[in-house]
Amino acid sequence: MNLKPDTLRKIDEAITHYPVKRSAALPLLHLVQEDQGYLSDEAIEWIAARLELQPINLYELVTFYPMFRRHPIGRRHIRICRTLSCALTGGYPVFEEFRRQFGCDLNEVSADGEVTIEFVECLASCGSGPIVMIDDDLYENVDVAKARVLADKIKAEAAKRP
Amino acid sequence: MPAPVQRRILLAHIDEPGYTSDIDCYLRHGGYGVMKRAIARQPEELIDEVKKSGLRGRGGAGFSCGLKWTLVDRKSGKPVYLVVNADESEPGTFKDRHLIHQDPHQLIEGIMITCWANNVRQAYIYIRGEFPQGARILERAIQEAREHRFVGRNILGTAYSCDVFVHRGAGAYICGEETGLIESLEGKRPYPRIKPPYFPAVLGLYQCPTIVNNVETICHVKHIADMGGDAFARIGTPNNTGTRIYCVSGHVRRPGYYEFEVGRITLGQLLYEVCGGPRPGRTFKAVIPGGSSAKVLKFGERFRVKLREGSMAEWSVEDIPLDFDYLSACGTMGGSGGVIVMDDSVNMVEALANINAFYAHESCGQCTPCREGSLWMRKITTRMVHGGARAQDGELLQSVADQIAGRTVCAFGEACAWPTQSFVQKFGDEFRQYAETKKTAKPVTPLV
Ligand SMILES: Cc1cc2nc3c(=O)[nH]c(=O)nc-3n(C[C@H](O)[C@H](O)[C@H](O)COP(=O)(O)O)c2cc1C
Ligand code: SF4
Ligand code: FES
Repeated sequence: MNLKPDTLRKIDEAITHYPVKRSAALPLLHLVQEDQGYLSDEAIEWIAARLELQPINLYELVTFYPMFRRHPIGRRHIRICRTLSCALTGGYPVFEEFRRQFGCDLNEVSADGEVTIEFVECLASCGSGPIVMIDDDLYENVDVAKARVLADKIKAEAAKRP
Repeated sequence: MPAPVQRRILLAHIDEPGYTSDIDCYLRHGGYGVMKRAIARQPEELIDEVKKSGLRGRGGAGFSCGLKWTLVDRKSGKPVYLVVNADESEPGTFKDRHLIHQDPHQLIEGIMITCWANNVRQAYIYIRGEFPQGARILERAIQEAREHRFVGRNILGTAYSCDVFVHRGAGAYICGEETGLIESLEGKRPYPRIKPPYFPAVLGLYQCPTIVNNVETICHVKHIADMGGDAFARIGTPNNTGTRIYCVSGHVRRPGYYEFEVGRITLGQLLYEVCGGPRPGRTFKAVIPGGSSAKVLKFGERFRVKLREGSMAEWSVEDIPLDFDYLSACGTMGGSGGVIVMDDSVNMVEALANINAFYAHESCGQCTPCREGSLWMRKITTRMVHGGARAQDGELLQSVADQIAGRTVCAFGEACAWPTQSFVQKFGDEFRQYAETKKTAKPVTPLV
């Protein structure tokens, strides 16, 4: 495992937050996933050893919690809220627009490796839906036109990358 | 009722130009002054104030906060934990996000007063994984508060020490249920625990007595400590005291979050006067008043309700005061305060299909009726929407839902059954006709 020094520092810190090591499982899974992009077998075994747990104790988390993933995703992560309030205000057409813009299917990485588009459940911003989250940033009132602007921005940023 | 005017206590500074989440701004607005006074008082006095305030939990169940604190097992000799529920995952609810993002120190001050009152030495804020920025804002705010000795060792120079950590979830709705949340905080799958014996107040985090309260509830604690329990109890209506934040989403002109005295505004006032009524050319059809788990209300239905003073009243949906008691008297609930509005463009079969997809995705899978039932309800409504509707599907849905509620480990069973039960019961015609009408009618806005 080749974790960044900053990740290792945060891992050491997170473990001190709990009287029982196992409680640090979710924090460590988040930290390692942020560092590596996804959770490989090697990563899971490494975390298990670090927390004095069996790998199965972590596999059962990774397979349950929707935010953990076993495979890499695109460089940009587009999450569109699917739940009622957003759907009522036009979330599904927004989803279709993103799909069209990047030519990729639900939960798949686009051919150029740039994006992964996912549907997620309520993001707790229902009053200003449709809601889209791109990486860690939240976008509100996203209609089809705004989706196009966001997609163009992602494409422009990708073109600039060396 | 008189025209509704917001009473912004929790939201006093939220959206105020120039008000930021950093501690200097909070201190300029008198921040942590209440905590300083509270720490000079006996913990029991503070618990008393909260009891007198009549504060009811804002997370969903509306349970008395003072009573919850009284039930904490203080004789066990084990440490008492506080866990703040910032999972905010009930669809239609978005108040905690704003309380966290825009005024994190109000929450931290509430947490520290709660901790002092209950002799807590370690608190956790369990925040949903989808709030990465919220988690960063809270971590930074806690660090600032530590530097000012409001959190951590020897708080305000006293012998009292108490720390607060932020714990991030990872995208599972069931982590909002308090015992699922505790399991998750212990590093496990969030399978809710059986109550009894696992009441958090006795056997909570690490089998120690634990208080679980919602973000909004804890923010109220600061203001109760400030104004006193009696003064708080005079706000709102009897048994429904204080203010609460109503989150309105869906088909209104001005959706958003609005703080009112509990029960001093009706659903009609909220939707027409505050939120500007339906979109142009539309009329209201249905409203879910307390997060997606609450039973739906149908515009046009009538309720016969016994008023607090004893007389009977007949109400339409618009007349219902937004409190805990009258909403339950009308067969639904105040829940999390998330008000989801649907106008006449919505087909109720499609709306239910959307809701059912949520619950099928979120069942933890521990109990058979919930795991299988929520999946079957989704299967049926999805089939209906995709061209396979049958006239008897409403009855079929109803029978599946009836076999879930009351037969599960946690209240998710009810949460997933109530939408189906109420949609089918109140909009049965639409379910019966769907097999015919769906051939001609194309949804204005697809919901699944
Ligand atoms: C399925 C389910 C989901 C829940 N989700 C939340 C939630 O997201 N946030 C919350 O504060 N309470 C939620 N609750 C309620 C909690 O179990 C608990 O009652 C609440 O956090 C107690 O805090 P309060 O008394 O301050 O309301 C949920 C309950 C159930 C059954
Ligand atoms: S009712 Fe559903 S969510 Fe709750 S414990 Fe049972 S299976 Fe899990
Ligand atoms: S329904 Fe989309 S944010 Fe809540």
